[in-house]
Amino acid sequence: MLYQAWIIPILPLLGAATNAFLGARLGKRFVSLVACGTVGLAFWGSAWVFADLTRLPAGERLAMLPMYQWISAGDFQVNFALQVDPLSAVMLLVVSGVSFLIHVYSTGYMAEDRGYARYFTYLNLFVFSMLLLVTANNFLVLYVGWELVGLCSYLLIGFWYERKAAADAGKKAFIVNRVGDLGFALGVMLIFVTFGSLDYQDVFAGAPQMLAVGSVTATTITLLLFVGATGKSAQIPLYVWLPDAMEGPTPVSALIHAATMVTAGVYMVARTHALFELAPFSLSVVATIGAVTAFYAATIALVQADIKRMLAYSTISQLGYMFLAVGVGAYAAGIFHLTTHAFFKALLFLGAGSVMHALGGETNMLKMGGLRLKLPVTYWAFVVGALAISGFPGLSGFFSKDAILWQAFASPRGGIALWAMGLATGALTAFYALRAVFLTFHGESRLTWEAERHVHEPPSSMALPLGLLAALAALGGYLGLPHILGGSDALGSFLAPVFLDQANTALETQAPGNELGLMGLAVLAAFLGMGLAWYFYLARPEAPGALARRLGGLYALLANKYYVDEIYGGLVVQPLVALAHFLGEGFEIAVIDGVVNGVGRTVAASGAWLRRLQTGFVRNYALSIFLGAVIVLGYFLFR
Amino acid sequence: MVPVSYYLILSGILFTIGTVGILVRRNALVIFMSIEVMLNAVNLTFLAAGRYLNSLDGQVIVLLVLTVAAAEVAVGLALIVAIFRSRGTTDVDEVNLLKW
Repeated sequence: MLYQAWIIPILPLLGAATNAFLGARLGKRFVSLVACGTVGLAFWGSAWVFADLTRLPAGERLAMLPMYQWISAGDFQVNFALQVDPLSAVMLLVVSGVSFLIHVYSTGYMAEDRGYARYFTYLNLFVFSMLLLVTANNFLVLYVGWELVGLCSYLLIGFWYERKAAADAGKKAFIVNRVGDLGFALGVMLIFVTFGSLDYQDVFAGAPQMLAVGSVTATTITLLLFVGATGKSAQIPLYVWLPDAMEGPTPVSALIHAATMVTAGVYMVARTHALFELAPFSLSVVATIGAVTAFYAATIALVQADIKRMLAYSTISQLGYMFLAVGVGAYAAGIFHLTTHAFFKALLFLGAGSVMHALGGETNMLKMGGLRLKLPVTYWAFVVGALAISGFPGLSGFFSKDAILWQAFASPRGGIALWAMGLATGALTAFYALRAVFLTFHGESRLTWEAERHVHEPPSSMALPLGLLAALAALGGYLGLPHILGGSDALGSFLAPVFLDQANTALETQAPGNELGLMGLAVLAAFLGMGLAWYFYLARPEAPGALARRLGGLYALLANKYYVDEIYGGLVVQPLVALAHFLGEGFEIAVIDGVVNGVGRTVAASGAWLRRLQTGFVRNYALSIFLGAVIVLGYFLFR
Repeated sequence: MVPVSYYLILSGILFTIGTVGILVRRNALVIFMSIEVMLNAVNLTFLAAGRYLNSLDGQVIVLLVLTVAAAEVAVGLALIVAIFRSRGTTDVDEVNLLKW
């Protein structure tokens, strides 16, 4: 199966094509069968590939799949080629597995939607694009996948395009991503100019010889690639599209804007670590942006009333963690957190979707409350997700977050400051996650009478994925159980061949006591956050309002998301709109139209003048024929 | 033996008369006759040159021109009759609708 791995991305593409052309005619059962079936088969194929890989010796776990020569223009030779190695295999499993669960969930969530076939067409197309992205063997195929997931994200955010907010959010996501993708494209071009090839093997093998550590070229390439990552993975300064992307259907938010697409940046940095290792400055930029984003987005998430927006800021914050990890050289820890985050964040989103489903689309947590008795399945799933993201000991988020914090502290590239930001973020994370649980499921019901009657548990097609994801969110951490707790860090050692060239030897020299001590601190921070959430939202429900009034300025700053959308609007959007107005209503009319109409008027005027020659008098024509003949004769006689 | 230049000069005079006739006269019939004069001036040139060069080609061409001229007369006179019927005149300056 290893060398037939190209079938894995093709399957969802076939599903997308089938649903696009036949879906509307053949009914919803057929559409769901095709959509879930192809993704399920892709997951099965990924598992098969994974099993085949584990049977090979650790050093030989790499399969190249050249498909065909794609572009050949002089020195520019690109093959359409895929590859499977441990990193790709992990991503294949995560992407296809979570996608399959979310496809199944969607059959329940979108059951009543008019655009059922269209929805699953887009969703399958997305799975194809994402699988292509993670199996690419060169930067151009990676770029194609990168752009295709962006397109699918745009299509799915604006899925309910009749709503202006959704259409606007889709445009915003697409345009902000263009900014990042421009950087990414420039990075890819610079790679080609530098190495003369876009193949991973050529570039990564050639990089240490061709580029000095810290050289300007290496730093420029990696910073440009990271600009692309900040766009796709919603980091400062290009994160603004992700909260708005919540206008899309909730399973889309779970799949694209939490579990898979937004982690493409992390995957890309991990994949190109051979280049990043040559640019220490870029790595410190990645780590700093990651840590700052993690903390910054977590503070915004503290005060959001909309459950999906809260989860969106939480996603930005968790992505910051992953960038912190890859920025300090802990690539395996970054991918580990990517995996566990895919589980618990997809779970939280699907739980939120379940609540919205029960309440007829309500997303404001301040209008919920007391739902735990009415929605027990959703409640328990959501609690597992919230505890996992908070870093409750034993659940998946605890292990992955702890691996990141430990490496941020102990790695030579890390430091106390990065670690402290991560730790503070951990406390904030625990607070907002539990706040969401308490506001939504505990306390007095704040539902309207109508909503109260409508509340119902989700159908089994939605409950089943919730249960499976809850199990994964609870147990996923044992994939990477650290040595210090008697584990073997299975995921880390599986990924090690990919990241072998930069084994973090410094970590071995650290005293084991430090790691346990830091772990304890992280747990303390998590419990502090949870305790505060309990105090504010269960014990003293009137306290949050009082605190918000006491800290009015700070509260307003957070509730308005630091006014970043307004600042971007003033600094970027409005000048561009003004320029567009000037070009459209001034320049266009005066200059472009003037030139075009001027040419037309000149031709018309000369025609009006010249047509006077056509007098209608036969003798005039005869005279001109005669004169013409005389001139021709004269020319031949007297030349 | 009359030298060939005499024929050519006569032919040139006839051709010029025909040209001037077309340019200065207004009656369509007279213009038509002028065209015939020009055609026959050319015929004369052909015959003279044919004789001078000891070739029959000149006479062949003249026969061809005479045939075409006969057809042209038939069509041309029919046109003039048609114009006279619709416009009531054969003055070409009155027939100037086809213009800017």
